[in-house]
Amino acid sequence: MSARVIVTTSGKGGVGKTTSTANIAAALAKFGKKVVAVDADVGLRNLDVIMGLENRVVYNFIDVIEKTCKLSQALVKDKRVPGLYLLPAAQTRTKDAVNPEQMVALCEEMKPDFDFIFLDCPAGIEGGFKNAAAGADEALVVTTPEIPAVRDADRIIGMLESMGKSPIRLIINRLRPNMVQDGDMLAKDDILDVLSIDLIGVVPEDENVIRSTNNGEPMTMTLDSPAAHAYLNIAERILGRDVPLMDLESYATRGFLSKIKRFFSGKGKR
Amino acid sequence: MGFLSKFFGISSEDGSSQKAKDRLKIVLIHDRTDISPQLLESLRNEIVDVLAKYMDIDMKKIEIDLDHDENAVALVANIPILHIKRGKVAEL
Repeated sequence: MSARVIVTTSGKGGVGKTTSTANIAAALAKFGKKVVAVDADVGLRNLDVIMGLENRVVYNFIDVIEKTCKLSQALVKDKRVPGLYLLPAAQTRTKDAVNPEQMVALCEEMKPDFDFIFLDCPAGIEGGFKNAAAGADEALVVTTPEIPAVRDADRIIGMLESMGKSPIRLIINRLRPNMVQDGDMLAKDDILDVLSIDLIGVVPEDENVIRSTNNGEPMTMTLDSPAAHAYLNIAERILGRDVPLMDLESYATRGFLSKIKRFFSGKGKR
Repeated sequence: MGFLSKFFGISSEDGSSQKAKDRLKIVLIHDRTDISPQLLESLRNEIVDVLAKYMDIDMKKIEIDLDHDENAVALVANIPILHIKRGKVAEL
């Protein structure tokens, strides 16, 4: 076994890197793969909370790098899904505590034991990003359909390309089909036009993401919801399966008023 | 009808996504051509080297710069030629 190492990144904060990492990692574990999700956001760790494993964290990956503990001691095994592990970040350290070479070495140490290693990258383009990206072969870039997020994604894609990562694939997160239909939100194709990279999935805006974060349970583990479906599809595509994009319009819930509005504006014809 | 349109929030324009698309494109054009002075200098030197093979150019009056306007970015070069090298023209 030699793991594929994938960094999840975005440039801009708050677009759903950590949520995406947790859900895709859980989905791949559900499909029978052995997966470790590494929280590379030293000093601002959150992957443990999103995965609902915060109470079981003892050591972190800086402890492993500094040889305070063994790798096996730092790995937190998720008891809900076989084959899913978390390697937490240190909360009381800063991003300078690691360098890219150490990240590469850490990934190499884990590669033989896993099918997938996910590196959940901090926001920004500084040291934390460079550390996380150094260890990875592939990248998932997360963006939302908003100018600031797409702009930052463009920056990050340029940097990942110059680092030789391949493939670099895009997740469009928090898309609202209603607003796209009404011409008030950038559509999937608008974003792909300007970024010109491969799309691996579109995740619709979904209140269940907040519920699952509250509950500390990635939604791909149990929930049947639009965003969970989208993340399961992304996991399948990572495995090389040809899964068609979800019909997001069927998730567009419309009220009476917006139907009339669409009728009058001539957008309702289809 | 005007009243109805107003009531339902319909304008004759498209939604705001078109505006977002246009603004995004322009922002990215500018971001992607954010060239450092060092890079521009080495670009300038290489262009001059190539041109110098074919013609004598006035090194003192060369201007190479990026010109940003609202919708596009252009590489604008102003390179005064002193002579075309005769030998080169004959070879061609």
